[in-house]
Amino acid sequence: MHSGARIGFFLLLTPLVLWLALLIVIPHIDMFLVSMRERVGVRQYETSFANYLTFFTEPLYIRTFVRTAVMSVLATIITLLIAFPVSLYIAKIVRGRLQQVLFVLCLIPFYVSELVRTFGWMILLRETGLVSNLLQWTGLADQPVEMLYNDAAIMIGLVYTSMLFMVVPLVTTLESLDDSVIEAGYDLGGNGFSVLREIIIPHAAPGIVSGSIVVFMLSLGNYLTPTMLGGKDSLWFTEMIYNQFIVRFNWELGAAFGFMLLILSSVIVWSMLKLTRQSLEETMA
Amino acid sequence: MTPDLESIRLTKRFGDFTAVDDVSFAVPAGSFFSILGPSGCGKTTIMRMIAGFLDPSSGDIEIKGKSVLNVPPNKRPVNMVFQHLALFPMMNIADNIGYGLRRRKMPRAEIARKVEEALERIGLPGIGNRKINELSGGQKQRVAIARCMVMEPDVLLLDEPLGALDLKLREHMKIELKSLQAAFDTTFIYITHDQSEALVMSDQIAVMNEGRFEQTGTGQDLYYRPETAFVAGFIGESNRWRGRIERVMGDELEMRTDTGMLMRGATHGRGLKAGDSAEIFVRPEAIRLARDASNFEDFDNRITGRVTSLLFNGAASRILVRDAAANEEIEVNLPQSGEYASLARGDEVQIGWSGAQGNCFAAGAD
Repeated sequence: MHSGARIGFFLLLTPLVLWLALLIVIPHIDMFLVSMRERVGVRQYETSFANYLTFFTEPLYIRTFVRTAVMSVLATIITLLIAFPVSLYIAKIVRGRLQQVLFVLCLIPFYVSELVRTFGWMILLRETGLVSNLLQWTGLADQPVEMLYNDAAIMIGLVYTSMLFMVVPLVTTLESLDDSVIEAGYDLGGNGFSVLREIIIPHAAPGIVSGSIVVFMLSLGNYLTPTMLGGKDSLWFTEMIYNQFIVRFNWELGAAFGFMLLILSSVIVWSMLKLTRQSLEETMA
Repeated sequence: MTPDLESIRLTKRFGDFTAVDDVSFAVPAGSFFSILGPSGCGKTTIMRMIAGFLDPSSGDIEIKGKSVLNVPPNKRPVNMVFQHLALFPMMNIADNIGYGLRRRKMPRAEIARKVEEALERIGLPGIGNRKINELSGGQKQRVAIARCMVMEPDVLLLDEPLGALDLKLREHMKIELKSLQAAFDTTFIYITHDQSEALVMSDQIAVMNEGRFEQTGTGQDLYYRPETAFVAGFIGESNRWRGRIERVMGDELEMRTDTGMLMRGATHGRGLKAGDSAEIFVRPEAIRLARDASNFEDFDNRITGRVTSLLFNGAASRILVRDAAANEEIEVNLPQSGEYASLARGDEVQIGWSGAQGNCFAAGAD
């Protein structure tokens, strides 16, 4: 009986261990080894930091790297600012069926693949697109307006793609806040602003942090949206990695870039947790 | 003197359903007023209207003589202790208690002083930095009251705050709440479905049923002189019989139950006449038990029966006695003075009670 339970435990653990080892740990070790190689001749390699040195000495790489990080943080903040009132409305203000309907409405765009969704934005924003035509028709613009291929378009795409991943954790944490706690906040003299600041936001903090982490990582690692909406010059870091691997066949530099991205996202997530005094355990619980 | 709180013909309707139906009452300053009723009787609705979370359909609420209908909840001189206390889990104890004072823009030093004062008053000095979840149920209770009392409200509302506590602690908190009320000298309005809480703590109790106040009075009034059948049945335990009145002699009456027992009761001033169908309530503790009929002369109702069940419950132990003639079971209190220790099922006993103990009401729908 006891040994049976042990075998069951290991059997259940095996897929997880295989998953982690084969798809995450081993590729990363290999990628790290690749990133530490320098090609000195045909099929001749030496261990060195040359690839990382290239990254730090080439301004374009550094700038793209920083730009990607800043844009992703910005996208996360904008997503939070839009998703918070939406979630508060769904979790605390509407009741019953409407609550479920609104929640499903947030989910529906995700029934469509990301490619199609992003293409939808292109149809809206391109020079001959809906918005441009509408502006001309109303007389606000006297010639076609190109709204694609700029940072605003990338931002719209990123926020739109990320919404659900912010709304879900926020609705869940906000729903767990007892209505009477909010009422007590008013009863003791609080107004809408102080109740929000002292009660609702502190309570929602784990949801805010976990949503932000997910959205940030999705934005940072997003390839499709920045490329399609930002065009060839979108300067997104994942695009650089893609170029190194696929276009230039420079796996060594690509691997080094990949590792820099991993370090960047780890550092930002870690400092976000420190800043909000949350631990990863309670955020993900 | 103006009462601290006055409700004037207060009514609340939700669609077709009338939750609170034309309720008027006044609570004098410094008193402990309870609203007692079964769940769904509308007592929480009254409370939420006083706190300002619900608007009445009609009627008025006055606090210290001034209508508060157009005052939002955060401006009313009323604070509420919620059913599950609703302490702020994201703050420590001092911040919980100081929350309302911070809203009043009081200087920090003064808030700290007031919070410490309040903690001393509730007997928990120096725990301000602890977290809410480190407290026991009873301590949370006291913190919830302190959080309201630092606001020095004119009226403190308590919505079944003892409901979540275990029995022993509940008994203890009843006494403590009463003494806290005396210490803070504030008007308490207390909502409960537990009659013992209401009876022990209150100066005045209103018994509520289906949106209306059935009777308002002291605990003794409600227990000894219920004015309606609902109150008689709701407060305390009762043996309850339906029947037809045979004779009325002044304040006394004779009634024949549907099962054929003839018993004497009292009208207590209610207009009952012969031929009316009525209900009679007799408390198990009003019934005297004896092994023989020798000293039962002054009781109007005497019954010989057999013990069918012993319901042991410590001080509240009862026996069920089956009346030989009418085949009716009667609940009787079992004195724990020792003389009935040997009583067993099947023993023959005498029971009796005076007519004045039988409260008789015209039979309504129920």
